Amino acid sequence: MWLWIHKFGSPPHAYRLLGKLAPWFGWPALGLILLATWWGLVKAPADYQQGDAFRILYVHAPSAWMSMFTYVVMAVAAGIGLIWRIKLAHAAAAAAAPIGAAFTFLALVTGSIWGKPMWGTWWVWDARLTSELLLLFLYLGYMALRASFDDPQRADRASAVLAIVGVINVPIIHYSVVWWSTLHQAASVTKLDKPSIALPMLIPLFIMIAGFQLYFGWLICRRLRAEILRRERNASWLKEAN
Amino acid sequence: MDLREFLNMGGYAGFVWTSYGLTTVVLVANWLSARRVEAEQLESAQRRLSDKENRT
Amino acid sequence: MRRAAVSAAARLVFTRDLTLAWRRWDEVAQPLIFYVVVTTLFPLATTPDLTELRKIAGGVLWVAALLSSLLALESLFRSDVEDGTMEQWVLSGQPLGWLLLAKVACHWVLTGLPLVVISPIIGTALGLPFDAWGTLIVSLLLGTATLSVLGGIGAALTVGVRRGSVLLSLLVLPLAMPLLIFGSRAVTMAMDGDSPAGPLQLLAAIFFLVLSLGPLAMSAAIRISVES
Repeated sequence: MWLWIHKFGSPPHAYRLLGKLAPWFGWPALGLILLATWWGLVKAPADYQQGDAFRILYVHAPSAWMSMFTYVVMAVAAGIGLIWRIKLAHAAAAAAAPIGAAFTFLALVTGSIWGKPMWGTWWVWDARLTSELLLLFLYLGYMALRASFDDPQRADRASAVLAIVGVINVPIIHYSVVWWSTLHQAASVTKLDKPSIALPMLIPLFIMIAGFQLYFGWLICRRLRAEILRRERNASWLKEAN
Repeated sequence: MDLREFLNMGGYAGFVWTSYGLTTVVLVANWLSARRVEAEQLESAQRRLSDKENRT
Repeated sequence: MRRAAVSAAARLVFTRDLTLAWRRWDEVAQPLIFYVVVTTLFPLATTPDLTELRKIAGGVLWVAALLSSLLALESLFRSDVEDGTMEQWVLSGQPLGWLLLAKVACHWVLTGLPLVVISPIIGTALGLPFDAWGTLIVSLLLGTATLSVLGGIGAALTVGVRRGSVLLSLLVLPLAMPLLIFGSRAVTMAMDGDSPAGPLQLLAAIFFLVLSLGPLAMSAAIRISVES
């Protein structure tokens, strides 16, 4: 086991392995996302209350899920990098951050577009949208801190501490926001409260989430390879890798 | 199924298609930027290697 | 034996910082003045009507307290890192977390505590009833103390960074949102005559969580800044 970790942790090996792995993520991701899009837009029946607007769910919910999933991945990678001093883990955390920020942005914007026909305004201070907004701030802070160091090792370790502090805080932030919004709920009518979605509507959602996960895996492979190249620019193994 | 009816999305066309369009744009942009970043790094690594060889 | 040595070292750090601050009391007063000025902005920007102001008083006091205690945080560790004191601490073998906590405690006594003391007076100017004074003081005591530790983590992370103050706010403010939510809610509940026990207990829970884990994060961050 340890041997395997060390073998995988060595940059040349990881670089090659990631290159081989990437298509196994990429093509299934493309297939599943296309399938789920067709299923969600065409095959799934319209919601009796929200009509066809509920189809936004199939892009909003997976994005929101991925935004949180990516943060956890980033924090776990950062923790591994900090504790065992594995550079590859730091590189993975660095690669995950912009992807997570993109998903968070997507969840926010699609949530807002969904809110317009449902609530009548583009923005409602509801618990889920507000937590997504705060999550976006956390991502931006993380990336800003990483960018402000010249020394990559210091950037790695300092941003790792921040990611861990952040991931402990995420549940606290989330529940405080939920608590806050339930207190003020009387002001807004929540049509969006999910009245237990029927199974035929759920299947495309799960396919889409699986597709997004694989897509994330592909992106990580590519970005991690770039990170390895950037960090190992003077290493001799690069000659054979080309 | 009628295509016009499908495109109309029960009157929510603007919202549904904007959401899906935006999602597509973000996913494709991420895809392209990941590829571009990797290609750039690969190119700069190759350039450094050939520089080194020329010098020695 | 060792524990006694640690507490003695922490006390030394605390008194040293207090003495240093006493010599430059004008800098200590700045966050307090900022607090008064910012809270003055709100009636000018909205309305002088006390019944209207009362609705936002809790929020205004809390936002202003949050911003002004962030103001002085940036320089918390800077001078000690620049003149090499921090390096000595890291090498001294004393538990770094305790020493940093002593520094943060001193910072809180100098910036957080004055805010808490003056806030009932400012609150009264915003229409805060006398009944809510207790809740305001307790919530701000817990909140500013938690924020000092959180800000200490942020300050330790940004200590070697150019233009660290904006970055520090960007890092710390999202983490401080729960404090703002619970704190201002407690004040509003007390003003409405409800029992603010719930949010106050949550604030206390966050305070103890941050107090127990904060020194770990701070010392890890300082080590990163000093060692490399």
